[in-house]
Amino acid sequence: MSIRAEHEIHQRRKGRNVGVGLMLAGFVVLVLALTFVKITSGDFELPRVEDAG
Amino acid sequence: MTDVSYQNTQQTTEATLGDYFALMKPRVMQLVVFTALVGLLAAPVAVHPVIAIASILFVAIGAGASGALNMWWDADIDQVMLRTAKRPIPAGKVTPDEAKMLGFALSGMSVMMLALSANLLAAFLLAFTIFFYIVIYSAWLKRSTPQNIVIGGAAGAFPPVIGWVIATGSMSIEAWLMFALIFMWTPPHFWALALFMKADYHDAGVPMLTVTHGRTSTRKHILIYTVPLVILAVGTGFTAIGGPVYLAIALVLNALFLKGAFDIWRRDEAQSDADGYAVEKKFFKLSLWYLFLHFGAILAEALLPVTWGVWA
Repeated sequence: MSIRAEHEIHQRRKGRNVGVGLMLAGFVVLVLALTFVKITSGDFELPRVEDAG
Repeated sequence: MTDVSYQNTQQTTEATLGDYFALMKPRVMQLVVFTALVGLLAAPVAVHPVIAIASILFVAIGAGASGALNMWWDADIDQVMLRTAKRPIPAGKVTPDEAKMLGFALSGMSVMMLALSANLLAAFLLAFTIFFYIVIYSAWLKRSTPQNIVIGGAAGAFPPVIGWVIATGSMSIEAWLMFALIFMWTPPHFWALALFMKADYHDAGVPMLTVTHGRTSTRKHILIYTVPLVILAVGTGFTAIGGPVYLAIALVLNALFLKGAFDIWRRDEAQSDADGYAVEKKFFKLSLWYLFLHFGAILAEALLPVTWGVWA
């Protein structure tokens, strides 16, 4: 007999975890795309570094 | 959330992702996404599609977060009302604490991300909308005054302004016209619902107009509030966000809406009981189309490449 029987609760948790994982992955892709668009748009400027010398 | 009434809202099963999604009031989110998108596209400034999609997504998440916080705060009355008894907390699928934590976490995340993707003013407006919906409407007005729907309607009216600000970085009269359209539409819409939901609000102790002033007075209020709404909606047709397409749609819709409000005012409870509140239900259904088609018309005017006559 299996020590760790697959319970309906495990299936629910698995579905939830997969869903959260996919959403986090989507969020990372979205932030990446946003960053790319922001730094390639015309009005983006890097902060000026003052000459310490 | 004024008493210890959670005996019946204990979690009975482990929540699924769908239960958490239901906490975010997906149907309200649809309306928020649509009106914010119209505000964004009607603005006279082009936005990069990635920034537009991301910003609208964060507005939707902010709306969902306020939905979850509303369900946490109103869990005690949600379990009393037939219309809301199957929501995740009263149904025992999600605990009030989970809803609260989800709501606060998503609120913070959505506001910060909107500040990064769009601008600070849009993020401030989103934060203010969430604050208004939870603190001003849910926690204060909803349980204390029959003006709850009138003033609380502002929370649902902000999304097109946020959309406009995402594009332009500033506010203008056109954005506030779209705000006013939703703001003025909210009372007749919810009072019609309150008429045919009958005892729901009374049982829950929510001081809706039907409970505090009676049903005859509510019918009169629907007609009185519909008149300025009609003037505003048709008048918007002559502004920069209007046009001939909008005006044609607005004239038809507002004639129907005014007739619906007049029919409700003319009836009494005996007549409504006899036909199962057919006129009130029809008016409520029309009110959903009313808002959708007005904003659809504003969108059509924004996307149409030509202008005519006084709109040129």
